[in-house]
Amino acid sequence: MSTNSVDNNRRRFLTTTASVVGGAGAVATSIPFISTLSPSAKTKAIGAPVEVEIGELQAGELKIAQWQGKPVWILRRSESALNTIRELDSEVADPASEREQQPEYAKNEFRSVKPEYLIVLGLCTHLGCSPTYVSRENGGSHNLDSSWKGGFFCPCHGSRFDLAGRVYKGVPAPTNLVVPPHMYLSETKVLIGDDSGVLS
Amino acid sequence: MIKYILALRDWIDARFPLIEEWNKHAGQYYAPKNFNFWYYFGVLSMVVLVIQIVTGIWLTMNYKPSADLAFASVEYIMRDVEWGWWIRYMHSTGASAFFIVVYLHMYRAMLYGSYKRPRELIWLIGMLIYFTLMGEAFFGYLLPWGQMSYWGAQVIISLFGALPIIGDDLSLWIRGDFVVSDVTLNRFFALHVIALPLVLCGLVVAHILALHEVGSNNPDGVEIKEHKDENGIPLDGIPFHPYYTVKDTVGVVIFLILFAAVVFFWPEMNGYFIEHANFVPADPLKTPEHIAPVWYFTPFYAILRAVPSQLGGVIAMGLATVLFCFLPWLDRSKVKSIRYRGMNYKLALTAFTISFIGLGWLGMQAPTPLFTWMARGFSFVYFMFFLLMPLYTSIDNDKPVPDRVRF
Repeated sequence: MSTNSVDNNRRRFLTTTASVVGGAGAVATSIPFISTLSPSAKTKAIGAPVEVEIGELQAGELKIAQWQGKPVWILRRSESALNTIRELDSEVADPASEREQQPEYAKNEFRSVKPEYLIVLGLCTHLGCSPTYVSRENGGSHNLDSSWKGGFFCPCHGSRFDLAGRVYKGVPAPTNLVVPPHMYLSETKVLIGDDSGVLS
Repeated sequence: MIKYILALRDWIDARFPLIEEWNKHAGQYYAPKNFNFWYYFGVLSMVVLVIQIVTGIWLTMNYKPSADLAFASVEYIMRDVEWGWWIRYMHSTGASAFFIVVYLHMYRAMLYGSYKRPRELIWLIGMLIYFTLMGEAFFGYLLPWGQMSYWGAQVIISLFGALPIIGDDLSLWIRGDFVVSDVTLNRFFALHVIALPLVLCGLVVAHILALHEVGSNNPDGVEIKEHKDENGIPLDGIPFHPYYTVKDTVGVVIFLILFAAVVFFWPEMNGYFIEHANFVPADPLKTPEHIAPVWYFTPFYAILRAVPSQLGGVIAMGLATVLFCFLPWLDRSKVKSIRYRGMNYKLALTAFTISFIGLGWLGMQAPTPLFTWMARGFSFVYFMFFLLMPLYTSIDNDKPVPDRVRF
């Protein structure tokens, strides 16, 4: 074979194998670059469950805790507040909480373990703004009409939720507010973020 | 002295294509002789890019990308660093100025058909620059760590969460945390100060190389390369240097005078350039009463809000930006310049312009039922401008195009 002639087969073989091996290496190399953007061990640890004291909450009072950096609302509801929730069944999009926005144990009329306490994430299911708690009396100050029965109003895009965190029909938010996993440690203490051992 | 400078030039030229490149891109780059006011905005975009890079480097010398320190470090720059307020206002004004000149630059292309064959690729590279710029602006806006920074980022990242199946994991991956946090701020800082600026500079070089390959369009939309003299020089062309370097210098100086006026007298532009809520530190537990993006994103934000479905709104918003990429193929008319185009395109472009500005205004307002319906009307016109374009441009009563450049 003359030294000037080109062996195309050999060239093609070398190009193909180098591309395949190099390509596989490049794909493998992308894994750490992509993974490093996921939540780190420290971030996950900060997201650990938090204990919240709820003993001193008055009826109609809202307490904001923080879990995984997110606002968690704990609202103590009076008997009359619970009655308004029943009245609103026809006005909310998902009255029976059919969609998976809560653990099994909160899939009930009032979306809570104890009817008295509503525990939901304070982030609108539309685009993640934190809605404002607007009691029945304060409805006027947020341009809500006189039929407002108390609940949560999102200033960003106007979504409304009732006192069980159920989304009204015809607003941008598609689903009810999320009930985080939680369990009661005692009468006055609740653990947010963990419900292991709770029977559904 | 001159002798030594020339000797140095020749020494370099023997080792680097100095004179060759200069002639290719300036000294012997023949541009149409009839550039008008609209042709300032390309060079102005580059001026603003330089301003942003230089002031950005200086800002990083005092800024701290951490959730605990970011807000205070910006205040420190504003109050305690010598001339820090000036550097920061240059940078914040530069962000808005960037979008002003880029929008006008893009509008020029729509007026004179600059996106049409043979300049489709210049247009596509330009669109990539625009998308990169949007990312750059979005990442940069989180850095002051004010209320609007925080909740703006929260809303925009949540847009990805609206995608089916992958949405939740994707938004978690973008944030690197369960909510916008220190982690998010730190990575946005990295993207804002190094990753996207590098991409931006590379794209700008590609944009200009592609332009100088095919040559510039002009307000008459006539290809000057079709009429050359015996030396192969376009009859309607003039060398970029000195003709347009002189013209551009004047334009740049006038622009900088206006720019300085804003920096010194109206740096916040009454909440349009720096939003009022951003003077309050980020509070992850409380959203401000009224949140809106900065003005340059509001047309798309208004489209997002106009669609009564979450996923539909996100798709419509994405489509509203991407549709520009298809202009070279949606536009079926052979005529480039608005001067010789028929009534159909003129009316369509007018309707589009009104819709774009209307949506921009609506995107800054709190939503009311009337505004929502207005936004829906404007959004409809906006999309019809693109979707019906193959139809109305192919049956347009275009006028005859002159052979040579006229004015």
